[in-house]
Amino acid sequence: MLYAVLCYDCESEINAWSKELDDKVMADLGAVNQRYAEAGKLGPVARLMPTTAAVTVRKGATDDIIMDGPFAETKEQFLGFFVLEAATLDEAITFARELSAANPANGTYEIRPLQFFNPGVPIT
Amino acid sequence: MTELAWIDLALTSARPQAMGALLRYFRNLDLAEEAFQEACLRALKNWPEKGPPRDPAAWLIFVGRNSGIDQVRKRAKHQPLPPEEVLSDLEDTESDLADRLDGAHYRDDILRLLFVCCHPDLPATQQIALALRIVSGLSVRQIAKAFLVSEAAMEQRITRAKAKVGAAGIPFETPDAVARAERLGLVAAMIYLVFNEGYSAGAPERADTPFCAEAIRLARLLLTLFPSEPEIMGLTALLLLQHSRLDARFDADGQIVLLEDQDRSLWDRALIDEALVLIDKAIRHRTPGALQIQAAIAALHARATTAAETDWLQIDLLYQTLERLQPSPVVRLNRAVAVSKRSGPEAALALVEPLAEKLSGYFYFHGLRGGLLKQLGRYSEAHEAFDRAIALATTPAEAAHIRQHLDCVQREMAAAEK
Repeated sequence: MLYAVLCYDCESEINAWSKELDDKVMADLGAVNQRYAEAGKLGPVARLMPTTAAVTVRKGATDDIIMDGPFAETKEQFLGFFVLEAATLDEAITFARELSAANPANGTYEIRPLQFFNPGVPIT
Repeated sequence: MTELAWIDLALTSARPQAMGALLRYFRNLDLAEEAFQEACLRALKNWPEKGPPRDPAAWLIFVGRNSGIDQVRKRAKHQPLPPEEVLSDLEDTESDLADRLDGAHYRDDILRLLFVCCHPDLPATQQIALALRIVSGLSVRQIAKAFLVSEAAMEQRITRAKAKVGAAGIPFETPDAVARAERLGLVAAMIYLVFNEGYSAGAPERADTPFCAEAIRLARLLLTLFPSEPEIMGLTALLLLQHSRLDARFDADGQIVLLEDQDRSLWDRALIDEALVLIDKAIRHRTPGALQIQAAIAALHARATTAAETDWLQIDLLYQTLERLQPSPVVRLNRAVAVSKRSGPEAALALVEPLAEKLSGYFYFHGLRGGLLKQLGRYSEAHEAFDRAIALATTPAEAAHIRQHLDCVQREMAAAEK
């Protein structure tokens, strides 16, 4: 079975971290990752940029609505994610809009650039 | 992380929201600060025992408001404080109440808190000091150290600034869209000042002052509150781009390394990438502004893998746009750098010379002019310009940099005489 493990925390506190503390946390997390990667069990690992870098795509009555900032509602649940290489934000938005069009549901696609990405080892 | 360090971070991150709400309640900076301090003391006592509250800001607002009201009553009636248990036993239901009370206001609360620090009567240094003390919660000692003044002098400066702000009256009405946009512009400029104070500190030993990181935190906070403001995206991007070069800006001896000579592998890619996304976001709004353009210029430098690959044509065009939006001799001077790279020193000098009167007291004017004259082989004029620049240098690193140019010019002059 594959598992996704998601990390939640208060962003304004993380933003108040010193660079030294941030580096240390990343190194400590990296050490845990390393052990699982060596056992051939760890897939992609990503750290998202702050939510201030986010753009959100939602279905509107006539056209898609593209909003600055993260997805803020709490009644929906986090269901899945995609990692896309895109040269520009517009390209990422186009991808999200295609997903939205292909999906009959009224879900929202939040676009969050990655600050850190480790593709991990091949796992099955 | 130790418990104390965790609580300290929680207090720091909750501070703008809590101080903003307390300022709205008490309409007085000193009272709001005292109330917040008291709430922090109680947090340090309560949180280790009872665990962190779900919403630290709401907790601090609630406790701070109660203790502030007590203070007001105490001073008014000279009556003793009510027993501690009445206030300190706070449950989450009460926090929720505080949260409901404040949620609707919190955006304007924080904007007001930032706005009072950029009162037009306050000189830049006082705006910076006040914002770092009131909003960021830096200690007077930290601020004094960065400004190279004594703690007592800084304390006095902040007290005077607060008195001026108080006398001018703090605007408590909820701003309309126009007033809000105006406040936002002034606050953005103030945050840029905070950053520049750290950035231009000059030497690496002073570059570790928390000003730059603090300005970035404030810019991100502002962007969280106003997520669709392209100029705030521009501001945040600009600060991130400038800060990304921190490790490359000085050599091992503390000497300034010019942008074109910097080791670009030392630039912080994560900060640059974040800035580039913010610029992409801002461009989608199609309402250019001065901060967005400056960020776009900085981004062109960041995108160039080597100095030689810099897109000077684009940079020149962006400076021309900036000049139309915000005509200023300093912008013209910066444009001259791009022109010198595109079209050579002669064309650049033609742009620079007419600025002589307006920028006669400006270090960079004489530095750039000297550099252009030197490139043209007009050594004695270059020497004179560098002499003026060195007299206007504000940091040892600036002076040392000009000294190198002077030495070089003197060598050329000596060689010519032979």
